[in-house]
Amino acid sequence: MFVAATLALLVTMILTLFRALVGPTIFDRLLAVNSFGTKTVLLIAVYGFLTKRPEFLDIALVYALINYIGTIAVLKFFEYDDLGSGAYQEDDF
Amino acid sequence: MMWIIWILSWLLILTGCVFIVAGGIGLVRMPDLYTRLHAASVTDTGGAIFVMLGLFLQALFVYGSWFIAAKVMIVLFFTLITSPTASHALAKTALLSGFVPTDANGKPILDSPETAQRLARSRPEAS
Repeated sequence: MFVAATLALLVTMILTLFRALVGPTIFDRLLAVNSFGTKTVLLIAVYGFLTKRPEFLDIALVYALINYIGTIAVLKFFEYDDLGSGAYQEDDF
Repeated sequence: MMWIIWILSWLLILTGCVFIVAGGIGLVRMPDLYTRLHAASVTDTGGAIFVMLGLFLQALFVYGSWFIAAKVMIVLFFTLITSPTASHALAKTALLSGFVPTDANGKPILDSPETAQRLARSRPEAS
């Protein structure tokens, strides 16, 4: 059962990597990377149950949150061309 | 008695796998960025919910500990919160950078990238 889920996840990860390589715009690539991250969360959780070590769920939780923060950081950089500077606060376009 | 749990989690995880593979194929075959966003979120929400429900049953009855089941639910909770937000932020930034969405036969919906930027702007223009 868990092996079937792991295989499905690995196949989908290959498809997502293909989209990441081929994706015409930057946002396709970012979408593929974000989607790859959430699939890794599922893979970690399922693998944890596959090897009868449910402690993997903590890793899956941390990975889910870090993946989200990474995506939002890249998007913020796209939108404001700078991560740290507060210059855009007042005259935000 | 225990075989009911195994059959139920089998069904749930297989449904999750169907969603995951369907989303993966959709991610590759969809023509436009915005349609791919939909395909990617099919895997995030559909796949995550069914697989995590299957794991929830496993954790609750086979492992017999409610704590692991609670952890599965927490992971599902955060996945279901973060992935739609990320998809929204991605679509907003794409629209903001003037990427005009097209309809079924490739005709752009908005007349120009400037209108796309105006639509996506979070605050009124600082004029």
